Amino acid sequence: MSAAQVAIRARGVGKRFGANQVLADIALEAREGEVTCLIGPSGSGKSTLLRCMAFLERHDEGTIEVFGRPMGFGADAARRPLPEADVAAVRRDLGMVFQQFNLWPHMTALGNVSEALKRVRRLPRREAEGRAMAMLEKVGLGERAAHYPSELSGGQQQRVAIARALAMEPRMVLFDEPTSSLDPELTGEVLTVMRQLAQDGMTMVVVTHEIGFAAQVAQHVVFLDGGRVLLDGRAGEVFRQPWHPRLGQFLQTYLDLGASVLFQG
Amino acid sequence: MTFDLGLILGSLPEVLAAAWVTIVMWLASAAMGAALGFVLALLRRYGGRAAAWPILGFVTVIRGTPFLIQLFLLYYSGPSIGIDLDPTGSGLLSLSIYASAYFCEIFTGGFAAIPRGHVEAAICVGLSRAQIVARILVPEMALLVLPACVNMTILMMKETAVLSIVTVPELTLVITAIGSRTFAFAEALFLLAIAYWVLTEATGRLGRFAEGALARYRLA
Ligand SMILES: Nc1ncnc2c1ncn2[C@@H]1O[C@H](COP(=O)(O)OP(=O)(O)OP(=O)(O)O)[C@@H](O)[C@H]1O
Ligand SMILES: [Mg+2]
Repeated sequence: MSAAQVAIRARGVGKRFGANQVLADIALEAREGEVTCLIGPSGSGKSTLLRCMAFLERHDEGTIEVFGRPMGFGADAARRPLPEADVAAVRRDLGMVFQQFNLWPHMTALGNVSEALKRVRRLPRREAEGRAMAMLEKVGLGERAAHYPSELSGGQQQRVAIARALAMEPRMVLFDEPTSSLDPELTGEVLTVMRQLAQDGMTMVVVTHEIGFAAQVAQHVVFLDGGRVLLDGRAGEVFRQPWHPRLGQFLQTYLDLGASVLFQG
Repeated sequence: MTFDLGLILGSLPEVLAAAWVTIVMWLASAAMGAALGFVLALLRRYGGRAAAWPILGFVTVIRGTPFLIQLFLLYYSGPSIGIDLDPTGSGLLSLSIYASAYFCEIFTGGFAAIPRGHVEAAICVGLSRAQIVARILVPEMALLVLPACVNMTILMMKETAVLSIVTVPELTLVITAIGSRTFAFAEALFLLAIAYWVLTEATGRLGRFAEGALARYRLA
């Protein structure tokens, strides 16, 4: 197999909230070993699409496959809902990182990261905590293992959340605006961890407003607007098309230093 | 007439015995009420509609009627439906039921206040429903509702005074009886107020201490 395997394949995906058509006829492929960035204006459906990939949201139409296995619904025309156990099995390939971190406040950093290793993997405590510790060290937080989320900065909390996702050894990680609720001076430490992860070859789908990060790290960029895929291509191609009126407008809004450096060339 | 606490201090052993009854009735019914309220809240939220509606009805009725009426109903009408309890038994049971409705409401609010994302994060790392309830929802809820529970427990302590009406030998009954016997009504009522205040203050302090000790387990 020379061509990279498809990690996520969405076809004809549609989603409504009441009368609001949030996603319409979405088709995209995220390849294994690549970083795919989903960008687009606020309300364009990025989070919803990412959440559908993890089946935290049910898509009303179309199919989503994760490493070749249908997510949530059978792949045939009947779209029969899959049993919870099947959904959980497909989810095992996915890690998820949220904008709001969503750490469990009553557990230490180590507890957050080791919880699923103990309860889902059923590893003995020592082994689970050993692995969790290794993950925390990987995100630079070995010394904070005994701290509770309330005792960590936002950037540290998000890195713990990344360690928690990685500890379960997913085949890919989904990020929903991982730095959007952080103070500007804290986004860097999270982006550094993500960049390292990308360099290690982790498959990632990242919803982000960090255009600089997208331009530097992503191989694949998908631009969503009004619930539709407006542009989809190699990162270099997409960012060389700011003549596209909607993308141009969007980039002007979110252009940061990283992207402006890119366009100077 | 002078204010002379000495008049009733002769009955101190009686007062202490009554204080003991009050404390036992109070803590036992608070514990049973909290336990029952917890089960009701769990069923109401995670037990499907078949459980949610009757529980909502129960909570509404208990919270919507005076405790005194509930106590009378159990004590005087109980025997006609085969519940024949002595005053202490009726008091304990009715106070527990009364408390369970309030605790159910407190716990339900606590569950509702947990950010949905905490559950989604748990789903994404593969925790089962039962594990999510036991490991994430219940502990987070407990931390959120601690202040409200302390408050409720203090209210219940004062509610035990109502039990005097069905002749449970608790503080209010005993001290007012001493008052009538010795004609030292003012002194008796003063002592009674002091006794409840001491219990309230002790509970409040304990609650604030617990909140302080648990602060690090909470986010903002
Ligand atoms: N649970 C929900 N119920 C109803 N409407 C929703 C829900 N979640 C999202 N929406 C709506 O769907 C649309 C797309 O939302 P979504 O969060 O996916 O956008 P987004 O691209 O992630 O935006 P942002 O950049 O602000 O995060 C919006 O109009 C939003 O109001
Ligand atoms: Mg979003």
